[in-house]
Amino acid sequence: MHWLDEGGLSMRNYAFIGATVFLSMLTLACLYRAYAGPTPTDRVISINVITTKITTIIAVLAAVTNEDSFVDVSMVYAMTGFIMTICVAKYVEKGKLF
Amino acid sequence: MEVLKDIIIVLFLVGGIFFFLVGTIGLIRMPDVFCRMHATGKSDTLGVGLVLLSLMIHHGFSVNSLKLLIIIAFIWITNPTAGHIIAKTEWENDNK
Repeated sequence: MHWLDEGGLSMRNYAFIGATVFLSMLTLACLYRAYAGPTPTDRVISINVITTKITTIIAVLAAVTNEDSFVDVSMVYAMTGFIMTICVAKYVEKGKLF
Repeated sequence: MEVLKDIIIVLFLVGGIFFFLVGTIGLIRMPDVFCRMHATGKSDTLGVGLVLLSLMIHHGFSVNSLKLLIIIAFIWITNPTAGHIIAKTEWENDNK
């Protein structure tokens, strides 16, 4: 049952859509630190924060659009983001990956 | 009953977004790498927990709630680990 079929939005749909828009704006604000960070470590921190926010955005979108498979996408994105953070941090520390 | 559920969902959602906002302001305004990590490492973890908890209440008792619980547990394990590794990286680069 989709929310468009009921002929209107309930309170929680408004809340989820507003949360999605606000989290997207916060992600753009985090992108400033990835652009202007003085050290590579600042950029790694920014990547970590953006990945966490996008995981949350995908999970909220699964509730907005009633697509159950988006929750799996969110789970895979969390794992990929963790591996990405570890790899970039190791590369910054050692200069090589292995 | 439905209205009470809506109110609890919106309360958790607003709390989570508040902590996300605090983490972002800390990431942009703090002066040092360690200060930035101090701001983002904890508030982001708590924000994810609150927002996904509100989604769990929205979905009810189903498979989606179990998946969201797995995401919460995974992020609560991996986010402090990533913060620790980033801090170790910066420390080694400073003392090289």
